[in-house]
Amino acid sequence: MCSICGCGVTPAAHGQSHAHGHPHVPAPGGTAAVSVLKGLLDENDRIAAHNRVHFDEHGVLALNLMSSPGAGKTSLLEATIDALRGRLRMAVIEGDLETDNDARRIRAKGIAAVQITTGGACHLDANMVHRALHDLALEGLNVVFIENVGNLVCPASFDLGQHANVTLLSVTEGDDKPAKYPVMFRAADVVLLSKSDLLPHVGEFEPSHALHCLRELANPAPFIELSARTGAGMKGWFDWLLAQTARRQTHAFRA
Amino acid sequence: MHEISVCQALVQQVLSLMQAHGARGAAAIHLLIGPLSGVEAELLRGAFALTAAGTGLEGARLVIEAPALRVACATCGAETEAAPNRLLCGACGDWHTHLVSGDELTLASVDLVVGEVEEPHV
Repeated sequence: MCSICGCGVTPAAHGQSHAHGHPHVPAPGGTAAVSVLKGLLDENDRIAAHNRVHFDEHGVLALNLMSSPGAGKTSLLEATIDALRGRLRMAVIEGDLETDNDARRIRAKGIAAVQITTGGACHLDANMVHRALHDLALEGLNVVFIENVGNLVCPASFDLGQHANVTLLSVTEGDDKPAKYPVMFRAADVVLLSKSDLLPHVGEFEPSHALHCLRELANPAPFIELSARTGAGMKGWFDWLLAQTARRQTHAFRA
Repeated sequence: MHEISVCQALVQQVLSLMQAHGARGAAAIHLLIGPLSGVEAELLRGAFALTAAGTGLEGARLVIEAPALRVACATCGAETEAAPNRLLCGACGDWHTHLVSGDELTLASVDLVVGEVEEPHV
């Protein structure tokens, strides 16, 4: 039985060990050094692993979409829904500081969307996603997109239970963003260079330099140039997404 | 400012530890915060002052150690130091490396205050 929500899922083996060090024989009224060596975000990681179990049980691929504000995460999702609705069953968890505007955009496409309003918090955490999952039926789905709060710093530190990180970099930003935000871009499993249709108008953005900065982080992630508006390059993203989804279903079938 | 969230988790961990050991307080909290942890040590100190207020941990000293950022090269096998945004092999320059240390976000140990409170003599 799950101790978080009583939903019957046994969390993975992690977090079940409540081992802690034991103090040296204390002097009365003194101090005792206790060794701990645990991650500061252990509790978040425990809930994230629990979310992952939920996704895995349903053979659902969970993706964490991260970028700066306005890089085109919601537009990417809208174009993806339009193109793949016949092949994938999708749902979206939207994270924003305020408003449910993004969830309404997704629902207008006939796709289930749960809005998390963080009320000022700069990132999603595993507990927020866990609560959102209680409002989302995973049965029959292939993919859940978790659209994180637009921010290149804070979201990178919190595991949500996703299987992969999708990080967007729009060409209206600087091409050295991976060098400026190494924690975020090091964690990317695929990097999408969005709004590529604007490249002719932003001459100073050099895609090859952005790729160079990404590789300097020792990150071999695929780097896909695309425009959700014109559709250019979207096939590379769809191919990646379909391959990941197929892998997840095979994994669930074997499990 | 996700350091507040990180600190809330830290305070919870230390309070649980105190309870488990029947401690009265914590004199010092030792953390390992790597350069690629995504957490800034100075922001964490500020956040700790806010988060610890009213929990009984106000007086605890934060001792933060930053482990060196080191990478191991898959191409030549060397292990070298690196910069947070340039994780190249220091020997051959290749980018096919993996992190050996530098992304720690760890509660290493706590100096718990134990034993009886000495009653002041009247």
